[in-house]
Amino acid sequence: MKKDRRYLLLSLLAVSTVLAAWWLATDILKLVPSTTFPSPVKVLRTLVIKFWDPNPDGATLPQHVIASLQVSLTGYLMGVFIGVPLGICMAWFTRFDWFARPLFDMLRPIPGIAWIPLMIILFGIGVMSKAMVIFLSSFTACVVNSYSGIKQTKAVHLWVARTFGAGNLEMLFKIAIPTSLPLVLTGMRVALGSSWSALVAAELLASTQGLGFMIMQCRGLYRPDVIIAGMITIGSVGAFLTWLLSLLERRVVKGGRFS
Amino acid sequence: MESKVKVKVTDLTKCFGDLLVLDKVSFDVREGEFLCVVGPTGCGKTTFLNSLTKLYDITSGEILVNGESVDLMRHNIAYIFQENSTMPWLTVEQNVGFGLGVKRVSDPQRREMVEDVLDIVGLGKFRDYYPNQLSMSMLQRVVIARAFATRPELLLMDEPYGQLDIELRFRLEDELVKLWEKTGTTVIFITHNIEEAVYLSENILVLTNKPTTIKKRVENRLGRPRNIADPGFVALRNQVTELIKWW
Ligand SMILES: Nc1ncnc2c1ncn2[C@@H]1O[C@H](COP(=O)(O)OP(=O)(O)O)[C@@H](O)[C@H]1O
Ligand SMILES: [Mg+2]
Repeated sequence: MKKDRRYLLLSLLAVSTVLAAWWLATDILKLVPSTTFPSPVKVLRTLVIKFWDPNPDGATLPQHVIASLQVSLTGYLMGVFIGVPLGICMAWFTRFDWFARPLFDMLRPIPGIAWIPLMIILFGIGVMSKAMVIFLSSFTACVVNSYSGIKQTKAVHLWVARTFGAGNLEMLFKIAIPTSLPLVLTGMRVALGSSWSALVAAELLASTQGLGFMIMQCRGLYRPDVIIAGMITIGSVGAFLTWLLSLLERRVVKGGRFS
Repeated sequence: MESKVKVKVTDLTKCFGDLLVLDKVSFDVREGEFLCVVGPTGCGKTTFLNSLTKLYDITSGEILVNGESVDLMRHNIAYIFQENSTMPWLTVEQNVGFGLGVKRVSDPQRREMVEDVLDIVGLGKFRDYYPNQLSMSMLQRVVIARAFATRPELLLMDEPYGQLDIELRFRLEDELVKLWEKTGTTVIFITHNIEEAVYLSENILVLTNKPTTIKKRVENRLGRPRNIADPGFVALRNQVTELIKWW
């Protein structure tokens, strides 16, 4: 408990040092002009004002956040709902593995954002093209981790089920899937991270709204304060989503990490 | 006086590639019998149980339960493996009820049966614990409770107390005898501990080194409860020890 508090103090110290140095370099010593690099006070003010002010990029911060979340959650959930079962099936059914693996191995090395140009041609600059990019980015992590999760199943657990009279599907649902859950959730966490970063990349290139769009617009408008406020928002929303998922993880993964 | 034959093993042979492990082994186990199998490490004791439960294919010969080929869906068999086989993602209560779940026992009935065995092995207070919160000996009891909960007609135990210290082993052995007396289950209990075999069994099957055959079947008519310091007990233990001198 005491130790925890000491670590917390150290972390706070690091953050405040950076903030103080930033503030010193901008507002106090004026090493850089505030139009090039704004002070932390200015960024904070912009961040607050952006909650209701659509200037200079055409939408308020909550609108951008909602637009980004819509796209990323659509793509992410598609990745989870297709990727997790696919990984599980590939790991459990050998024939299905032979069937799906070549295709998957071909797609796997292509980073999600490399799909952006193709998706824009196929789907235009709408929600769909970006959601597809995010889907492809999160899908891989879900498949790979679910696959390894199932492969961690212990023979002796399967044997217990079998000697009690369980069939193949029952062993999958009662033994292999519970074994895989910790890694499935790890996969979902990794996928969430990559989908959030792919989102920003996708919005930088093709968008009319969203956090990535906002910071890109403000580069052209020469508003570094909005850019930094946007970056902070991207980080915070990402951290918040990860935290939500860790709550789910704690509910689902019981009995410790046993794999 | 002879009751029905529960398990009939005829000319059981098992090879792993060129390695001949079980060499034409034949024996019967009576219904309700408590049979201990002793033999040197690596002689094929685990292999025998895995063959009986069809986890391994046998090379030749036959194993019958109730006069028919083993069918795990129909025969009510419980197998306690040598290694810890509790499911880490289930609580004690859920672990104990696992076999009943596979066997489609209805919820209220399952709860009742789980309650019974939890009581017997003294894990009632720990019902909501997960395996990673329990000691080795408690895990072993969970496994035993899981096996007994299904009221198996045939209980297979593979050196279940090998990892435990003596005091605890004695306690669990007594528990096991009590459960066996209460349920009338047929038990095949594998051990390399001669004292344990003499303490538990009605019959002791002594195996040879690989390639393995049966050296002798020793009857054990000591009354219960048994006392390891009793002269009769010591005599029988020495007799089996003589037989088993594989060193
Ligand atoms: N799955 C297997 N593949 C190959 N050899 C095996 C396998 N299982 C057991 N054996 C071999 O069979 C012999 C008997 O093993 P086992 O039945 O585990 O002995 P124990 O009597 O100690 O339980 C050993 O020599 C072991 O190496
Ligand atoms: Mg063994």
